[in-house]
Amino acid sequence: MATLRLRKSLPLLALLMPALLMVGLLFVYPLLFSLAYAFRDESSGGWYLGNFTKAFALYGGDIWLTVVVTLLSTALVGVLAVAIAGYLTLGENSRAVAALRWIYRWPMFIPFVVAAQLMRTFLAKSGMLNNSLMSLGLLEPLNAMSLLDWRGVVVTFVWKQLPFAALLISGAMASMDRSLMESARGLGAGRLRILLEIVLPQVSATVWVSLILSFVTMLSALSVPMMIIAGSPTMLTVDMAWRVNSYGDYGVANALGFVSFAMSGLAAWFYLRQGLREGGQPT
Amino acid sequence: MTLDRFPLVQFRVPGIASSLLRFALIGLLAAAVFGPLLNMLIWTVAEAWYFPAKLPIRWGFAFWSKVFRPEAGAMKALSTSLLIACMTVALSLVLAIPAGYALSKRKLPLRSLFLLFFLLPQAFPTVAVHMNIARIFYGLGLTGTIWGVMLVHAIQGLVFAVWIASAAFAAIGEDQVEAARNLGATPLRAFMTVSLPLAAPGLMASAIFVFLISLDEFSGTFFVGVPDVRTLPLTMLNAALEGNYQIASITALLLLVPSILFMLFVERFLKADVLASVGK
Repeated sequence: MATLRLRKSLPLLALLMPALLMVGLLFVYPLLFSLAYAFRDESSGGWYLGNFTKAFALYGGDIWLTVVVTLLSTALVGVLAVAIAGYLTLGENSRAVAALRWIYRWPMFIPFVVAAQLMRTFLAKSGMLNNSLMSLGLLEPLNAMSLLDWRGVVVTFVWKQLPFAALLISGAMASMDRSLMESARGLGAGRLRILLEIVLPQVSATVWVSLILSFVTMLSALSVPMMIIAGSPTMLTVDMAWRVNSYGDYGVANALGFVSFAMSGLAAWFYLRQGLREGGQPT
Repeated sequence: MTLDRFPLVQFRVPGIASSLLRFALIGLLAAAVFGPLLNMLIWTVAEAWYFPAKLPIRWGFAFWSKVFRPEAGAMKALSTSLLIACMTVALSLVLAIPAGYALSKRKLPLRSLFLLFFLLPQAFPTVAVHMNIARIFYGLGLTGTIWGVMLVHAIQGLVFAVWIASAAFAAIGEDQVEAARNLGATPLRAFMTVSLPLAAPGLMASAIFVFLISLDEFSGTFFVGVPDVRTLPLTMLNAALEGNYQIASITALLLLVPSILFMLFVERFLKADVLASVGK
């Protein structure tokens, strides 16, 4: 019976094979290559930990900066996305809800490279942000400064990833059973309280998924730190590109890559553990 | 988590104040979303703009003719980008249509594991992978070629292509295919005349997704494309790092148009029932 079932599904597996091979050859193989060569001494051909000591010595500060920037951006995305999705779900002024729905999505389809260029002009010392604040009298011209450093990267990441997270979370909230929300509302509970105590626990799986995907996307972004941060300290992706393009030093670059894989691995582990603790299948 | 120990303060805001607050918050969000876009649009038509002037000193389209001059390279980069995007879409569909069809069948063993496998390129930071792909491609003579860049782009887009194709095929009921088979159609003929046309809108959506991913892809092109393949994002990076705000902004606008068009039209192709079953 089992063999019959297997034989029936063989044609399907054959249809699947080319795409599987593609991911295997062009992603899994280079990924394993990268993990292994982080421990490779390419001058002598042996295996050692020297790449890591060198990577931590040269780029220890950048590793911390990467951790702080990606975690802070992810946290901001989480808080703002829940706020937007919550208002879209519980808001009572239909015109405000419609306006919010129309506005918040725009950055989602804007490429990262373009978002970085927008922020380069917007957050510069002479950019529109400073100009507007000065016109409103909120900022003295002498205090005007450029935000084009790690802060600019955080702003760009949040600006770009917020709609994605808000879209996923509001989708999950929209498919919830509304009766519990309405009865709590009838009992006089405030909307903030309904959001935090009734709505949020039911969509927590979606919140985690959207935050972890955002976190990995931010860890992968090369164009944003490259365009927004001039010089150092900068982020790991820029260091990797620099190591490879200027020195041909794949050892240290792969050691830095290993660190970024470890960060996304930790995020994935955290997510899976969260899913187990909630006793459900991670979606 | 319970908040009972921290009862939230119930405050009633008078109607006008709460309307004002709502208006201010939405206005702030609109400024944050559209401010950077507006700033970029102004730069595309600014001929001279120096600190501390709040607006350009001289307006005009002088930089547009510079961008579109053949020697500027932007037009060549645009055509390279479009060519690579079309090739990437073709390759992705060739791989994703059979794979998506297979994954739409619930009886496929290890189905959810295969679905997760295609997510791998999105679940790991890509820069370290891309630089090693470039190293492997170098040995194969694929670096600096359009083919090499196409392969890297296809990997990034494949999860969307496969998942959307699978959802699109799954949304077709078995009945119509059964009916065609009962009328004597071969499996291939039933697929070509029934399943494929019915799944076409979803496949169109996946093609658009892949096209945009390819158009915007940066780090793969950065490592694999050097030194000969220059796509629009790389051209924009160079203009920006050279401090040429006008050229960079005009290039950014060129990259932005397809994305905005996509946002306006995607809902027409991606029906809600398909969207709801993506990745399931």
